[in-house]
Amino acid sequence: MDETNIQSNTAEKLQAFFKKNKGVLTSGDPPYLVQLRNQAFAQFNERGFPHTRLEKWRNTDLSRILDHDFHFPLKPSPLDVDLDEVFRCEVPDFNTRLIPQMNGWFMGSGEKLPNGVIISSMAEAIKKYPELIEKHFGHYADIKNENLTALNTAFFRDGVFIYVPDNIRMEQPVQMVDLVNSGRTIFIQVRNLIVLGKNSSMSLVQCDDSIDNNVGFNNTVTEVYMDENSTLDHYKLQNKNNESALTNSTYFHLEKGANLSTNAISLNGGLIRNETQVRLNGSNSHADVLGLYLMDHEQHIDNQVFIDHAVPHCTSNELFKGILDDHASGVFNGHILVRPDAQQTNAYQNNKNILISDKAVIDTKPFLEIYADDVKCSHGATVGQLDEDARFYLQSRGIGRDNAQMLLMYAFAADIVDKIAIPQLRNRIDDLVKKRLRGELSSCEQCVLHCNSKEQKVAFEIDMSRI
Amino acid sequence: MLSIKNLRASIEGKEILKGINLEVRAGEVHAIMGPNGTGKSTLASVIVGRDIFVIEEGEILFKGKNLIGMPVEERANEGIFLGFQYPVEIPGVSMTNFMRTAINEQRKYRGLDPMPAQEFLNSMEEKKRLLEIHAKLANRSVNEGFSGGEKKKNEIFQMAMLNPELAILDETDSGLDIDALKIVAHGVNTLRRPDNAFIVITHYQRLLEYIVPDFVHVLFDGRIVRSGGKELAFELEDKGYEWIKEAQV
Amino acid sequence: MEKETNNILHELTQSEYKYGFYTDIAMDMAPKGLSEDTIRFISAKKNEPEWLLEYRLKAFRHWLTMVEPTWAHVHYPAIDYQDIIYYAAPKRKKELKSLDEVDPELLDTFKKLGISLEEQKRLSGVAVDAVIDSVSVKTTFSETLEKQGIIFCSFSEAVQKVPELVRQYLGTVVPPDDNYFAALNSAVFSDGSFCYIPKGVRCPVELSTYFRINAANTGQFERTLIIGDEGSYVSYMEGCTAPMRDENQLHAAIVEIIALKDAEVKYSTVQNWYPGNKKGEGGVYNFVTKRGICKGTHSKISWTQVETGSAITWKYPSVILMGDHSVGEFYSVAVTNHFQQADTGTKMIHLGKNTRSTIISKGISAGRSNNSYRGLVKMTKRAANSRNFSQCDSLLLGDRCGAHTFPYIKAENRSSIVEHEATTSKISDEQLYYCNQRGISTESAIGLIVNGYAREVLKKLPMEFAVEAQKLLSLSLEGSVG
Ligand SMILES: Nc1ncnc2c1ncn2[C@@H]1O[C@H](COP(=O)(O)OP(=O)(O)OP(=O)(O)O)[C@@H](O)[C@H]1O
Ligand SMILES: [Mg+2]
Repeated sequence: MDETNIQSNTAEKLQAFFKKNKGVLTSGDPPYLVQLRNQAFAQFNERGFPHTRLEKWRNTDLSRILDHDFHFPLKPSPLDVDLDEVFRCEVPDFNTRLIPQMNGWFMGSGEKLPNGVIISSMAEAIKKYPELIEKHFGHYADIKNENLTALNTAFFRDGVFIYVPDNIRMEQPVQMVDLVNSGRTIFIQVRNLIVLGKNSSMSLVQCDDSIDNNVGFNNTVTEVYMDENSTLDHYKLQNKNNESALTNSTYFHLEKGANLSTNAISLNGGLIRNETQVRLNGSNSHADVLGLYLMDHEQHIDNQVFIDHAVPHCTSNELFKGILDDHASGVFNGHILVRPDAQQTNAYQNNKNILISDKAVIDTKPFLEIYADDVKCSHGATVGQLDEDARFYLQSRGIGRDNAQMLLMYAFAADIVDKIAIPQLRNRIDDLVKKRLRGELSSCEQCVLHCNSKEQKVAFEIDMSRI
Repeated sequence: MLSIKNLRASIEGKEILKGINLEVRAGEVHAIMGPNGTGKSTLASVIVGRDIFVIEEGEILFKGKNLIGMPVEERANEGIFLGFQYPVEIPGVSMTNFMRTAINEQRKYRGLDPMPAQEFLNSMEEKKRLLEIHAKLANRSVNEGFSGGEKKKNEIFQMAMLNPELAILDETDSGLDIDALKIVAHGVNTLRRPDNAFIVITHYQRLLEYIVPDFVHVLFDGRIVRSGGKELAFELEDKGYEWIKEAQV
Repeated sequence: MEKETNNILHELTQSEYKYGFYTDIAMDMAPKGLSEDTIRFISAKKNEPEWLLEYRLKAFRHWLTMVEPTWAHVHYPAIDYQDIIYYAAPKRKKELKSLDEVDPELLDTFKKLGISLEEQKRLSGVAVDAVIDSVSVKTTFSETLEKQGIIFCSFSEAVQKVPELVRQYLGTVVPPDDNYFAALNSAVFSDGSFCYIPKGVRCPVELSTYFRINAANTGQFERTLIIGDEGSYVSYMEGCTAPMRDENQLHAAIVEIIALKDAEVKYSTVQNWYPGNKKGEGGVYNFVTKRGICKGTHSKISWTQVETGSAITWKYPSVILMGDHSVGEFYSVAVTNHFQQADTGTKMIHLGKNTRSTIISKGISAGRSNNSYRGLVKMTKRAANSRNFSQCDSLLLGDRCGAHTFPYIKAENRSSIVEHEATTSKISDEQLYYCNQRGISTESAIGLIVNGYAREVLKKLPMEFAVEAQKLLSLSLEGSVG
């Protein structure tokens, strides 16, 4: 069966599913949302799943994952796990406000905090906060060009809604943990919306994990609106099983003076694709878009970053680093657009890769599209070995070859890890990276921040001053 | 030759020059001294026409012509030269090519034909000798990879080539070793004529031992707060600027 | 060199395209339009062997199944392929034995182009093959070259003289079905240059071809094939001009280079097809496929290009690094002004071990033009210990133009290193101010600075070309400030 067939099979099933369950899918939706779903469905219908003949998809082939007999859950499946057990976070001293999600469904209790902060189920928020939702929902996500976003918009059932009012600075980091656990082969559509008011700030950790080893396809869309002078410190931690696919599209919209830092750390996953779009819509806004991927086996990681400098006086800084082993494959596609009149733009983009096997493959395409002249833009991309001179230096200090290799890989990754602003999280990720590099971390550990496994003493201590 | 009256200039809404008056006659050497950040380089920039500064008030006349509004290159071709405090690098453009272009633009402005190649090369040789510049330096790109001292020497070399009527040297002495300082001073002295003039901006009295000024001015907070003969420079070397600052408040 | 540079900068007075004259020469033309009959007509005109006709027809049949590419960052109205004349040759009555027999009008054309055949022959020792519209008119110097066993002649002549060589290599680097324009060229190519350097021979002179589109409504589809046999060396230059016309002219050429073991081929282009006027009317569509293969170990192919002309350029001179230790280079300066569009770059395909490639690209955009670098560096599994370094810079003059960079990097082995760097910025105010203070006008200063910016590439050009290239750079940017 060829690729288009496979895709159209799943697509056809989805079409039939949509028609059959339209009533359930749209029940309780306000008219604008029904209309948006229909529109999105029409878009998806017209073009189906993305395929490798599309420029943005030439190196990520969904056909393998789509060749499954998916089940599309309409409601949460009955729980066979102890929620408290599963979501107990064991990052030492990492005190977060936890938002549990199971197969996309919001599992906590919706709440409105005394300071006006709302943390709620998406489905519920649509009913409870109609004005807020209508003002933002679907305004930043792109259903015209991104078919998976169209698919998500048509089919989503739930997700998380977070609202931080003007001038509220949330001290405690918020942690969304979406676990996929189902006895079946499921295809889920998760939809989140985060709205930050003027001068507000928040740290948000978004974890995607799987607990079981089933094939699963999680297609998540998150829209983030950042009003004037708001600050968001955002992390994506991805630790999925090797059978799973995760397509994660995040749309950030920044108004004047907003400051975003987003960091995608991918440690495991059969197929992960992160579509990150940032629109710098107000002057003096700034975005740091960072990523680290450590893949092996047959894993595939694809980071697509689009930074849209729509107005003058904005800055962006993009750095993605990756280490690929075994048969792993990686894709980086960075696109900086500087629109006409977006003068005084400063944009920087870099992608660095290390292949440690002759079977691993990387495709990288840093891309600049510039229509204003008073700009400073630069980009770079490298693929290469670990620095031989440095390795020699370490070996000359009596460090064994393997340890030297490990140290250098660690140093390579440290560039990104060091930029994690939450100390407890940084330490934890640091540990995980060490473990990951020694092949001790596997996705069967339930959650990336929730390792019930015995802590093994890390065999080497790293003295950064020696590197 | 140069006459500045009540000149006020600002950048980004910040006033830097707050009423400068200065008369420079042919044959004279003026030294301008003063603490860091008081507007010495700004004054030089405004005279040569840097457009990032806004002239709020006052006039600048050069040989009787109003300079305000005149493009930078026209002022240069009228005979004003600035030896920059921080000369910029222009990668890929050789010194030779650069100088040849500059000289011929000047000649065109004055209604002359381009300088014949041989004459140009001879002039280059002569000036290089005067300033003891290595042949190699001239074949490199403008200021690219030059050391701080080499850049300054290169400014004086260009001055020698262009033969201006008014040369403003902005801290040409900083970064020069003692030998280079003597060479540069010798170069300047060789070029001194009754029909040209110099404005020398410096922090050190040492340069003025070699290039003896007719007048010394102290610029402080955008104003010339004191003027005198060369002995003023000794006094400053001795006492620093505190006494002048105090005198101001 | 410096002297010349300065002279040139001083000649910069005319800002209009100065090669835009049209020569009235009696022409022998094919009827407008494209069909198998057109192809048979061209092939018959050239008295081609059956296999070559078959080659063309096969390419044509394939072309019919293809669609015009749309991925380049260029926009233009649809081309009507039936509204083009695919063959236009200066009429000649008999074989030309000496220069005296060349049509005086034609000689005059070359004089205006600054390449008097005689002059070139005597003074610079450059062997020139001139292609006017579709036909190679005269190859100078061939006798001298023949003594060394070098074959340098028009493509049609080569088909008659050394058919085996042509047949052995034609289409081996750019197969007829490679891409839309390559297929079109393979079907209708009219003439071009052929060059073969025998084993161990260093070609003593620069070989050069001048291309010119003269007749109206004609397309130019020339075909160049260069073969460097083992241990040989050749430096080859290509120059192009076209008259000013309101309508667009199509140019779809193919250049194939084969470098055998230890051979080195250096290919330089100064592309100055008519770019259209200031309003973006007219100009040449330059859709060219240039590719070389480093077939043998330690072979080297180097592309240097200065692109100032054409309304639209679509061109990626590439190297397939097949032999171990082979080297590929690409040095490019592309200037666009007014409404020009350029989408150009290179592909370095590393197949052999220890192969090396270098890419230096300098894009300069002014007016309302768009200038894109598009490149591919591929390290295959076999290409152990290979290296690539790429530097792609863009300079913007004015706020209505665009500069884009699309580098594709694919790596499939762990021992190779790929490094890509790119910057985009505008011309520095400080540099302009410095020049102005020395009395240099802004326009001259831009000429100086841009030439300096491109120097790394210009210095790779043979002397004869470097001078012309510098002149062109400044010329094509005139009127871009204000
Ligand atoms: N481009 C600029 N933008 C903003 N402020 C400027 C600029 N150039 C100069 N200034 C300010 O103007 C003031 C005078 O600067 P200027 O360079 O003229 O000082 P100076 O007397 O030459 O000092 P120094 O002895 O250190 O060379 C300083 O406060 C400086 O920061
Ligand atoms: Mg100063």
